[in-house]
Amino acid sequence: MEHYLSLFLTSVFIENLALAFFLGMCTFIAISKNVKTAIGLGIAVVVIQAITVPANNLIYVYLLKKDALGWAGLTGVDLEFLGLISYIGVIAAMVQILEMTLDRFFPPLYNALGIFLPLITVNCAILGGSLFMVERDYNFAESCVYGVGSGIGWALAIAALAGIREKLKYSDVPDGLKGLGITFITVGLMSLAFMAFSGIKL
Amino acid sequence: MAQSKTKDVLLSPIFANNPIALQVLGICSALAVTSKMQTTITMCIAVTLVVAFSNAIVAAIRNLIPNSIRIIVQMTIIASLVIVVDQVLKAFLPEIAKTLSVFVGLIITNCIVMGRAEAFAMKNDWWTSFLDGIGNGLGYSVLLICVGVIRELTGSGQLFGIQILPLATDGGWYVPNGLMLLPPSAFFLIGAFIWILRTLDPSQVEKDG
Repeated sequence: MEHYLSLFLTSVFIENLALAFFLGMCTFIAISKNVKTAIGLGIAVVVIQAITVPANNLIYVYLLKKDALGWAGLTGVDLEFLGLISYIGVIAAMVQILEMTLDRFFPPLYNALGIFLPLITVNCAILGGSLFMVERDYNFAESCVYGVGSGIGWALAIAALAGIREKLKYSDVPDGLKGLGITFITVGLMSLAFMAFSGIKL
Repeated sequence: MAQSKTKDVLLSPIFANNPIALQVLGICSALAVTSKMQTTITMCIAVTLVVAFSNAIVAAIRNLIPNSIRIIVQMTIIASLVIVVDQVLKAFLPEIAKTLSVFVGLIITNCIVMGRAEAFAMKNDWWTSFLDGIGNGLGYSVLLICVGVIRELTGSGQLFGIQILPLATDGGWYVPNGLMLLPPSAFFLIGAFIWILRTLDPSQVEKDG
């Protein structure tokens, strides 16, 4: 149990996808102008991340890994090179399925997340999460925890940045720094603050 | 006229229309690899090749792709190219492939690749698109290499792993700035670059932040 808790905290704070690995930066910068949409996008990322990382874990373990096709009577087959294309396929499919399910059964949530869902397919944080899962050889339970944790970490970061940017409107920024420039520097400072978590171990 | 257009397509993304500084594309996987020059250069070459070839392929078959499934077709083309790059790196440069870890795979979701395929390659012939890909790849590389040089030089006093500034710990005079090797410095540097570019060219300044 402790192991999972530690993995969860690591993925939320220490190895924050946005601030320590720069993943999902495009959307991170583009959609952080106000807190409400940022939180909406954050929740969408948590949901997708929690589904795709375990799903990709199953695909990796039962289809792609070396000798994984043993259950089908095929030994010595190594399909690992197909990894990238299958993960991105899974992500695109999952996003599509989620979109349709939400539309059918939870219209309010669908309306809230609506525009963000398709954007998530090309969010590097999602693919990055799956690739980290493969690289670190997580098992199924670990990948569930990691998926949720890394999603929450990303959501936390984008909500915080949006909060800062809302306040920033009142400040007098030099011309050349307006918009993009000052956002980068803000993210840098946030990332510096998150570095403080790096010593924590459970 | 045709000559100048080719030149324009190739050169404008490098300075005037830099994909990172102006279009905010592709910073996702860009920053993480810049703490060392070796990985930076590898990443630049990989991205440039992928953008150029995906642009060319998408442009070549653009009239055959039904509009409703174009995104998935582009995705598949890009993913296949990235798999090729990934396999080549693993086979010939295993050390660098290891440091780059997941970031090679992340070229797939690099917004430059998708963005150019969607915005440029769908409307132009394959040769112009190929050049546009090279141009954008170079624009991306220029910024990345600048960041990489500054980070490695000030962070560890090295370039390409060769000691340039003698470190204080080895009896030299330079005290390395450890912060430069950590993630935050990349954000600060990109922020500073954008500031410089926009000060030099005020037309790029955003109206309201």
